Amino acid sequence: MTKTKITREELDFLRESMKPELDALLAEREDLTKKNGEYVLAGEFYEKQTRIALRNFNIIDPESLDEYIARDGYLALEKAIFDKTPAGIIDEMKAANLRGRGGAGFPAGRKWETAAREDNDVKYMICNADEGDPGAYMDRSIMEGDPHSVLEGMAIGGYAIGSNQGFIYIRAEYPRAVKMLEHAIAEAEERGLLGDNILGSDFSFHIELRLGSGAFVCGEATALMESIEGKRGMPRPKIYRTSVRGLWGKPTIVNNVETYANVPAIIRKGADWFTSIGTQDSAGTKVFALVGKVKNSGLVEVPMGTTINEIVFDIGGGLPDGHTAKAVQTGGPSGGCIPAELFDTKIDFGSLAEIGSIMGSGGMVVMDETDCMVDIARFFLEFTVDESCGKCVPCREGTKRMLEMIERITEGKAELEDLDRITSLADTISTTSLCGLGQTASTPVVSTMHYFFDEYQAHVVDKKCPALHCKELITFFIEDDCIGCTRCARECPVNCISGEVKGLHVIDQHACIKCGNCHDVCPVDCITIS
Amino acid sequence: MINITIDGRPLTLEKPINLLEAAKLVDVKIPHLCYAECLSVFAGCRLCIVEIEGRNKIETSCSVLARDGMVVHTNTERLRALRRDLLDLLISNHPKDCLTCDKVGSCELQELCYEYGVKTPSYIGAQTHFTIDDMNPIMIRDQDKCIKCGKCVRVCNEIQVTGTYDFAGRGFESTVTTAFDQPINKDICRMCGQCISMCPTGALQNKQLVGHRPWELKKVRTTCPFCGTGCNFDLNVDVKNNKVVGVTPCEDAPINGTELCVKGRFHTDFISSEERLTTPMIRKDGELQPASWEEALSYTAKRMAEIKAEHGADSITALSSARCTNEDNYVLQKFMRAVIGTNSIDHCART
Amino acid sequence: MSNSVNEVLGSDLIFVIGSNTTEAHPIIGNKMKQAVLKGTKLIVVDPRKTELARMADLHLPLESGSDAALVNGMIHIILREGWEAKEYIAERTTGFEDIVETVARYTPDVVSEITGISEDDLYEAARLYAQTPKAGIYYTLGITEHTTGTSNVMNLANLALVTGHVGFENAGINPLRGQNNVQGACDMGALPNTYPGYQAVENEKSIKFFSDFYGVEMNPKNGLRIPEMMDAAVEGKVHAMFVMGEDPVLSDPDANHVRKAVSALDFLVVQEIFMSETAKYADVILPATCYAEKDGTFTASERRVQKVRKAVNPPGVAKLDWQIICELAQKMGAPGFDFEDAEDVFEEIRATTPSYRGMTYKRLDEENGLQWPCPTESHPGTKFLHKGVFPGGRARMIPVEFEGPAELTNEDYPILLCTGRKLGHYNVTTRYSRLLDSINPYEEAEINPEDAEKFGLGSDDLIRVTSRRGSVVTRIQITDKVKPGMMFMTFHYRETPVNELTQAAYDPITLTGEYKVSAVKIEKVEWKDEELADNVHRFERLDSLVK
Repeated sequence: MTKTKITREELDFLRESMKPELDALLAEREDLTKKNGEYVLAGEFYEKQTRIALRNFNIIDPESLDEYIARDGYLALEKAIFDKTPAGIIDEMKAANLRGRGGAGFPAGRKWETAAREDNDVKYMICNADEGDPGAYMDRSIMEGDPHSVLEGMAIGGYAIGSNQGFIYIRAEYPRAVKMLEHAIAEAEERGLLGDNILGSDFSFHIELRLGSGAFVCGEATALMESIEGKRGMPRPKIYRTSVRGLWGKPTIVNNVETYANVPAIIRKGADWFTSIGTQDSAGTKVFALVGKVKNSGLVEVPMGTTINEIVFDIGGGLPDGHTAKAVQTGGPSGGCIPAELFDTKIDFGSLAEIGSIMGSGGMVVMDETDCMVDIARFFLEFTVDESCGKCVPCREGTKRMLEMIERITEGKAELEDLDRITSLADTISTTSLCGLGQTASTPVVSTMHYFFDEYQAHVVDKKCPALHCKELITFFIEDDCIGCTRCARECPVNCISGEVKGLHVIDQHACIKCGNCHDVCPVDCITIS
Repeated sequence: MINITIDGRPLTLEKPINLLEAAKLVDVKIPHLCYAECLSVFAGCRLCIVEIEGRNKIETSCSVLARDGMVVHTNTERLRALRRDLLDLLISNHPKDCLTCDKVGSCELQELCYEYGVKTPSYIGAQTHFTIDDMNPIMIRDQDKCIKCGKCVRVCNEIQVTGTYDFAGRGFESTVTTAFDQPINKDICRMCGQCISMCPTGALQNKQLVGHRPWELKKVRTTCPFCGTGCNFDLNVDVKNNKVVGVTPCEDAPINGTELCVKGRFHTDFISSEERLTTPMIRKDGELQPASWEEALSYTAKRMAEIKAEHGADSITALSSARCTNEDNYVLQKFMRAVIGTNSIDHCART
Repeated sequence: MSNSVNEVLGSDLIFVIGSNTTEAHPIIGNKMKQAVLKGTKLIVVDPRKTELARMADLHLPLESGSDAALVNGMIHIILREGWEAKEYIAERTTGFEDIVETVARYTPDVVSEITGISEDDLYEAARLYAQTPKAGIYYTLGITEHTTGTSNVMNLANLALVTGHVGFENAGINPLRGQNNVQGACDMGALPNTYPGYQAVENEKSIKFFSDFYGVEMNPKNGLRIPEMMDAAVEGKVHAMFVMGEDPVLSDPDANHVRKAVSALDFLVVQEIFMSETAKYADVILPATCYAEKDGTFTASERRVQKVRKAVNPPGVAKLDWQIICELAQKMGAPGFDFEDAEDVFEEIRATTPSYRGMTYKRLDEENGLQWPCPTESHPGTKFLHKGVFPGGRARMIPVEFEGPAELTNEDYPILLCTGRKLGHYNVTTRYSRLLDSINPYEEAEINPEDAEKFGLGSDDLIRVTSRRGSVVTRIQITDKVKPGMMFMTFHYRETPVNELTQAAYDPITLTGEYKVSAVKIEKVEWKDEELADNVHRFERLDSLVK
């Protein structure tokens, strides 16, 4: 069948005719169950979830526009173009209080309103798909599993603000997402759901992909625009809002993938429905990539206001192997660590900010007693130092110096006054940095110092790592229970373990590089760390 | 009309200019290293931070436009402490060779460290190291002294519109360099030297001025002797040795501002060239031989008078010069018309 | 210039014809590039692919010397489409009918044939220029240094007048003057047909004024122009020449003819700062001062009179140029040459030159120079000319016909040579700056890769370039800046004195030389000794060093 551009009526017809077909297909799948008349993923892990952004994920074939349409896809766009005015869309979005899911939480409706007010023939819609937080893959999953939801959200936004051109700035390291989006764009254009005169209306909207090369800072809206413009990705000074002067100096909206994926549902079901989910402060749901020391890791979409406990224990099934939870880290390199005693904190923008973390884009790493919080801070800071663009002094020079100080702590070479120094430098960096990357770079350090100060003290004063993690501060020792099996000696990469077969083995402490191999392979657990 | 207050000084503006410029109007100097009025706003050095009443965030004055009712503070203890820390960070990754650096006296980083009492760097750690590029005749590029203010990048992109430089590398290791790290050469660079005069530190140094302390040089403003654009600049004069050692721009030049080209900036060694003519000469026995002014002028006067008497005024002609001053040209035409009695004076007016 | 340099930044369209602005007037070139970055449209008419041409919205690489046809073709399209400024033409110009009649013959197909520019590009250039109110024309020697130079200039005026572009800010017709004070030297009457302030030599009123002012009867007849002087010297009619700060042997066309002229003189005085090629022929050399050693004024292209200030003392016993002439005049018993200083001279300039009358040294210091006309001391100077009215009421348009260049290529001389300047040098003086010379130590004749292949040339090769008048040797640069069949060389190098190749064909009105079009042939040559390649003495002619 050659696919031609369709009208509104044909779309309606297609939707109705596809629904039973898809239903028949889904009914055969064992991993699905019907809830409120709609197929959702089945199983304990999914029961407590509310999926809006992920509603089609793993349910429809991402390469099938028809299946998307059968699940009411492009109904919102149709409604927007034919039944609503741009101002009406913006009112709906404002009422829905959809806050930016990229992490900062700025209300999308207000952002759109500013751009809509600008009198300019050219405006741009950008989808920020430069997901870069370590361990976070929410946006990738949406793009790979339900690409049309993003396209539809962008097109609705374009209609609302008066833009005819959208760009999706996506990491080149997401080849499958790129492929799915390319396919979806081509198919939507073929059917007249994107491109010129959508569904036969006066509204035209084109979407192009722009591939980024993995610079974390390009997730920052203005650095992202520089990159699209073909320049080095460095943040711009914020003289004007990007909704006033953004890409090529034109009014520009930047929202992230998850934000756009929410838009069709809001337009279709209304702001009242959306605000009925979540909290007063933050409506709707949030997708998290739950990883780390947790039994069931994976994508979790829950209503705002769900507690950390519920996510980690009810959905994630708690920690494996009898380990105890120490903290979760939210918000990636910009976020903070939340100690176990605060796990009843509700997840919404306001509550997380209150306890010194951020929502972030949705990374959630669970940590147990074997994780050294100083080292966790070091890990995230090292990431920021590597990813700083080098434009502003506090981020370029300051984060490096802070990392050097943290490294000295993990090596047992720091003094107590260094901790004060870190606090004051953190203030300089967060107060004076140009962009969000620098402004939040010290959050992992500040939050761990706040909640786990005793661990810092142990490193600095006692020169000990309580989690037995920091190599410079631990020693491996073979107890008398050694059976002389020689496995440790064989596994040692630097040959620093000596001993006769069936005799007691000894570690040469000067040569030991504290790789931990011996400890891991000892069949009688006689190698201890102290 | 926009009414604002900066450090207690009221100010009325007609259009929303940035706070750093606005502050200048009420004689409030906000420190900065990466800002220049003629360039786009970069906001990288973060030294021009200010506090604005009613706003939680501290902001850079270069990137905030004045709005009616703003009350701005530029020099609070908090701001001074932050600036001190930023300067400390800068010099912590900067060579400590100020005693022998040619930029001393015109180094903006040094000035600010002096003003803010940053005596020694307090952050210990890694230092960046790059190879010095001095394989060209005009400048020495020492990226170890670069503070990544990006002025050279911007002046080359926005004013010279050549695009020789850009940033490369990330974070602490980032630097400013040419495409493929080539040394500066005439194929990639117009050698205008505008980056040199923009550089706030010793990262880009004018080779001509190396060895001269800025306070020992007298500046004489003049007009460029080459093309017809009419650029103005300051000749830098080593008075003791009666020598022009180089050129620096003067900001209020009406045509060129601080812009100069390779010729305007780097020509001055021709003035003291060994090849200059230093004495009158008369051809005797087919050879040009040194003579006194008295001899040369008397001889010329005599020959001119003879030829005029013998062949008439129109047998004498003069070539005047489009390179000489109006005064020189005026006097020569007067001489030809009033003394010789001919209008046969011309110059290469069409070249 | 009818307008000021910084008006470039406010233009919506810049029409550059016959000007390699970024190399010959780098700062004006920068401003053009800055304007383009901000969205100003740029049309460049130049046979070479210059830096500006690469940035242009429209680059028209016309056949050298076909400017008149191109401009007529543009006017033809403008009239055909009805884009002309009808009211402006009616109110402020005369001669429009003649233009209509002449350009009627320059249909796009005819013009395309002559210029090598496509009809579409012609149309686009005409449309952009005619329909953009803030459109300025900028030209230099690529327009004037032709046998048809004067008509080219008149024709650009026609184009600007037909579209009503003269007399407004950010528009106008703007010749970028080649030398620092060529504007001033003309203003000062260093011309055979005008006194200071362009007062005609053959006009009774000015004869009377200057006779009275100088206290001597003025010669009522126009004097000789440079080429006429040279011819007259060869013919034995001119016996003495006083040369101040010029080097005609190196910089005038057909250098061998000029050599012959200066050799034929009975008496040659050269007042110079360096031993120039011309000075070598002098009977008397008078050592003068360079700009850094004197006070005075230069007048820039935008008619701005600016101060020159003394920074150092001259070398040896060298003296100020005007002072030397005054002493000579006094030796010859003439009164009126007892000026005390440069300001004293300037006071007399003010008294004789109406457009300078309102300027004083004090004002020039305080106001960063002044743009003439500045008739009174309270006048602020003039930013752009012809606002509201032209001198004499209406501007007269004179139609111009296309005439081919004086010399064409043929089988024997298959390559067309164009000459000009390069960024790193300025005429001949910069060669004495060791620093500048080290950047561009020798001539590199530009030649297209196709021709290089045809003549078997590599980038390190030497060639001999020969015209009907002479022959020089040069290194080459293989580049697509020049079209196939074309070469470009500069006149900065004594080692490769290109003006021995150029022709003594002149524009009939101004007698400006045809520097831009000469037919030449080239052949590959070898160094006498390979080691010479790295050891040529400065100023040593290359043709004496090849086999």
